[in-house]
Amino acid sequence: MMGYHGWGGGGWRGMGRRGALDDEGELGAFYNHRVVTRLIAYVMPHKGIALLSVVTMLVTTFTIVAQPWIIKIGIDQLVEAPSRGDVGALAAVMALFLANIGVRFVANYLYQTTLARVSQGVLYSLRSRIFAHLQRLSTSFFDKNEVGRIMSRGQNDVNQLQEFLNLVISSLADMLSLFGIILAMFLLDVQLAVITLTVVPVLIGIMLLWQRIAWGTFMRVRQAIAMVNANLQENISGVRVVQALNREDANMRRFDQVNTGHLDANLHASRLSAALMPTVEILTAVAIGLVVVFGGSMAINGTMEVSVIVAFALYVQRFFDPIRNLTMQYTQFQRAMTSGVRIFALLDTPVEVEDEPDAVDLPPVRGDVALEDVHFHYVPDVEVVRGVSLDVRAGETVALVGETGAGKTTLAALLNRFYDVTGGRITVDGHDVRHVTQDSLARQTAMVLQEPFLFSGSIRDNIAYNHAEAPLEAIEEAARAVGAHTFIERLPEGYDTPVSERGQNLSVGQRQLISFARALLADPRILVLDEATANIDSYSESLIQQALTEVFKGRTSFVIAHRLSTVRNADRIVMLGHGQVLEQGTHDSLMAAGGAYASLYSAYFAAGAGAQEAGG
Amino acid sequence: MGILLRILGLAWRRPRHMVAAYGALIASSGFALVVPRLLGDTVDEVLRGGDFSEVVQLAVFILLVSAGRGVFAYGQTYLSEWTGQLVAYDLRNSLFNKLQRLSFSYHDGQQTGDQMSRATADVEALRNFVQGGLLRALNIVILVFGAAGVLFFLNWRLALVGLLFVPIVAYRSAVVSLSLREVWTHVLRVTGKMTTALQENLAGARVVRAFGAQEHEKRKFDVVITELADSHLRANRKQVWNSSFIQLMFGAATAGIIWFGGNEIVNGRLTPGELTQFIFYLGLIQGPVRMSGMILNNFSRAVSAGQRIFEVLDAPSPVADRDGATRVERVLGHVRFEDVSFAYGAEPVLDHVSLEAPPGQVVALLGMPGSGKTTIVHLLPRFYDVSGGRITIDGMDVRDFTLESLRRNVGIAMQDVFLFSATIADNIAYGRPGTTREEIERAAKIAQLHDFIVSEPEGYETWIGERGITLSGGQRQRLAIARTVLLDPPVLVLDDSTSSVDASTEHLLRQALEEVMRGRTTFVIAHRLSTVRNADAIIVLDEGRIAEQGSHDDLIARDGLYRKLYELQLLPAEPTIDQLAGGGGQGSVRL
Repeated sequence: MMGYHGWGGGGWRGMGRRGALDDEGELGAFYNHRVVTRLIAYVMPHKGIALLSVVTMLVTTFTIVAQPWIIKIGIDQLVEAPSRGDVGALAAVMALFLANIGVRFVANYLYQTTLARVSQGVLYSLRSRIFAHLQRLSTSFFDKNEVGRIMSRGQNDVNQLQEFLNLVISSLADMLSLFGIILAMFLLDVQLAVITLTVVPVLIGIMLLWQRIAWGTFMRVRQAIAMVNANLQENISGVRVVQALNREDANMRRFDQVNTGHLDANLHASRLSAALMPTVEILTAVAIGLVVVFGGSMAINGTMEVSVIVAFALYVQRFFDPIRNLTMQYTQFQRAMTSGVRIFALLDTPVEVEDEPDAVDLPPVRGDVALEDVHFHYVPDVEVVRGVSLDVRAGETVALVGETGAGKTTLAALLNRFYDVTGGRITVDGHDVRHVTQDSLARQTAMVLQEPFLFSGSIRDNIAYNHAEAPLEAIEEAARAVGAHTFIERLPEGYDTPVSERGQNLSVGQRQLISFARALLADPRILVLDEATANIDSYSESLIQQALTEVFKGRTSFVIAHRLSTVRNADRIVMLGHGQVLEQGTHDSLMAAGGAYASLYSAYFAAGAGAQEAGG
Repeated sequence: MGILLRILGLAWRRPRHMVAAYGALIASSGFALVVPRLLGDTVDEVLRGGDFSEVVQLAVFILLVSAGRGVFAYGQTYLSEWTGQLVAYDLRNSLFNKLQRLSFSYHDGQQTGDQMSRATADVEALRNFVQGGLLRALNIVILVFGAAGVLFFLNWRLALVGLLFVPIVAYRSAVVSLSLREVWTHVLRVTGKMTTALQENLAGARVVRAFGAQEHEKRKFDVVITELADSHLRANRKQVWNSSFIQLMFGAATAGIIWFGGNEIVNGRLTPGELTQFIFYLGLIQGPVRMSGMILNNFSRAVSAGQRIFEVLDAPSPVADRDGATRVERVLGHVRFEDVSFAYGAEPVLDHVSLEAPPGQVVALLGMPGSGKTTIVHLLPRFYDVSGGRITIDGMDVRDFTLESLRRNVGIAMQDVFLFSATIADNIAYGRPGTTREEIERAAKIAQLHDFIVSEPEGYETWIGERGITLSGGQRQRLAIARTVLLDPPVLVLDDSTSSVDASTEHLLRQALEEVMRGRTTFVIAHRLSTVRNADAIIVLDEGRIAEQGSHDDLIARDGLYRKLYELQLLPAEPTIDQLAGGGGQGSVRL
């Protein structure tokens, strides 16, 4: 029965991998045109600030390149001036220098802060878009993708892009200053510039070679850290099982292995990055040596000012930093591109259930629900719902019953339009659910799920979820109606008691009672309870049973339950089998018919009856 | 200061690495201090219209010195990274180990995401500080004092002008670093908020949709990410202001040197070569001084990260092996609770509970939610320690067992089933790695899971969790039972284990469990009459006290709480055989 993992037995997950997000990919291309184009679209709303950022960056780079030149002029003045004792010219140079650093101060500050504003702005819109898109995606997306994987898109990949934006600008700045320095050298002395720059091809060659060697190593570092984190995460969330099953030592050994692997990969990587240091250092020295020897001999011959030598030496010092930065940033660049690809893939995930362009708001309904020959499949050719027709009057309580995999949960999901039918149609008061806005439909329907889900915040916030304006009296009334008021009152802070991560400070039953209260407060016309009492202890269940009569009053309700005792009170019981309606009627009429329902009922209570015999 | 010392202590666990790293650092800084001098000499030599061979000699010196510097810089970089990585490695191992062993009461108050960020981001912050900060701090000291010494020796007046900026920058950086720490803590906190918001929205995706609350969620998220962007911008502004200021000061120092140096040259107290030396020395210390801001930032980040890490490492774990705890091979399973009381914090949960279960007996625990059923079974394997009284197994206090041997003897199938991303076989054998396939299959058969497993294409090798298939609630519970069965514990606890199994499976499972319970002392938290009635003893709990105990018939006869519960919750689910046989003609019986 479980060979195919569709809906069934309350199973929301396990849809096979169709439509799932890609796994953590390999490092992709260095440059991906589509990613860059789309990112630029995110920069456009900030183009004014972005422009200011670029301009101030240019100014900053210019002041950096200009500084050695000004020093050169100063030295010129000194070498020539001393005999005349003229310090006026020196004062002018000094003023120039001060002006230079003043401009640089302002420009650099503006450049850095505007850059941050642009990149934070872009990240903000990316996060906001991703979140909004996630809200629009239908639940089938969540069947196929674990929360953790989506989380890493929303967080790590966005952070990578943040790095990326800073990187693009700083690489741009690096390249600009490189260009500026080369230009300055040529303007100072073409011959010496050519001689000095001979080391550059050598350096670039070495860097490219290094990059090739280092690539695999940095990949390994990344994989290693992912393994360490996965291992940690699992052991922290599963710590109670680990302790109950005495796995501490075995897990420690395994973690140590993974951790050691991570250490080794990192040490290997650091040997490689450290190797760049002496290379750059020695090449710098060679370049300065060339300046000293050739510049020196030219100066001795009187064909060059000594100040040019000093300026060249200063330029050579500033020359290698940008090259080194660009090499180091290569991997980071690739990684960011990969993240970009992944983020946009997420944003491009098609929204399966979407408002039609001419969708109208569903007017307040009475709650007549009709299913007309409804078909549905998750995977083509594997129909889960095969021609179900039901006509439910407003206010009726319908119980959906059937073996695991009969299609009960799927039907419930279709009623809430978590998916769109693949054949036939579902109407509410005669409105096809596909022709109304999802928002207006959701406002008149509510669903209580098998696994109660609570949000962080207080109990009051949770009951008034999406109804923040509800007065405390209404909240208490809802809680009272489902029998949750008593235990909430007994909590230290009553309705203001905070709910901890996933509601762990409350029992499953208490959490479910709160989610019932939440559904009640929403005051829906149509209510769907999907195995809502399966995880509740029988005591709470009996309380809820009493409350349910109250809750169902005046609403169209669909109830799915394994426990047949839960469904007996329904106005109508619909027995499903293999995606079809096998029979329907009241409990009594179905038992009298002696069909599938009656035999399921007997099977269920066979054990109970046996126990009864044993007990006396 | 205490935190800094502890971080230093971690680094000094490998004294040889640290000494070697510092040695390499001193050597490379030393070589670095020679180059400006050589350049200055070149200028003077050329100005004197001197000898070409002298110039070549200077160039060769520059090359040699730089080569020396490069080699030592390699050593320094690599060794410091080594130290940093080893510190991170040690910390991760210690954290992992500590977190694994901290008792339940600790974990009850913690969030997974927060613990993760301690073990990842905070460890990274410490590593950064050890490999960057600790060593670079010395680098700065050597370069600044070395350069200062040389400059004072050359011309003390000019040195004063040139070095005036160092204390100003140092002071500024310290001030900024203090406020930066606050700002960064805020950034981290907001990042955590965003993670929680996203996580929650995704985990609750179906609730969000069922209530049409997408807009509400977007507004909630928008508040968080706006705050996140703002806090990043604030941090950025502070940092940029500081670094720009340092640059400005450095520029001013250079300007000062050109001005006063120029005057000194005019007055004949300085040569142009010496002035060149000044400029290059200043350039040499510019980098490190500028970096001092970064180091201070690293430092403040490391202190707060260290605080968070040490908080975990120092957390007391109330449940631990006693001195002289005994390792017990296999108990018979005679369990006694003697006047046991327990409180979560200030909230009393169990109030003087005494009960006894002879070997092989099945004890059913019954009561309303919050009556203390789960607590009783959690005290048995010492997930928590009693606050009063004692629990004994075969007459020995559970606190006198080693934790390992106690938990080997007490098997518990818990309500929240946690699966590890591994194969099904590995998950079943989780408590006993290295179990044979036959034993795993036997356990799976007992738990009624075997048929499902072999229906999967990869059978027992099917991967579950993140990268594999997902199990339904019922399948998870059966897996938890298989896991516990495999341990073959003399004392067995089944907590609520059959609630989400469907009717036909439950029937099979119940038969299997009867098999499993045979010969073991079993505690069952049961919600079904059949389980309760087959138990040797039924214990009814009410607000942390034992309200009644006895056999089913005794308790029914007594007409107390059990009977009330029985009528309230258990009976309506039980039709009579007549009704089933007769096709329910008269309808169901309501009580």
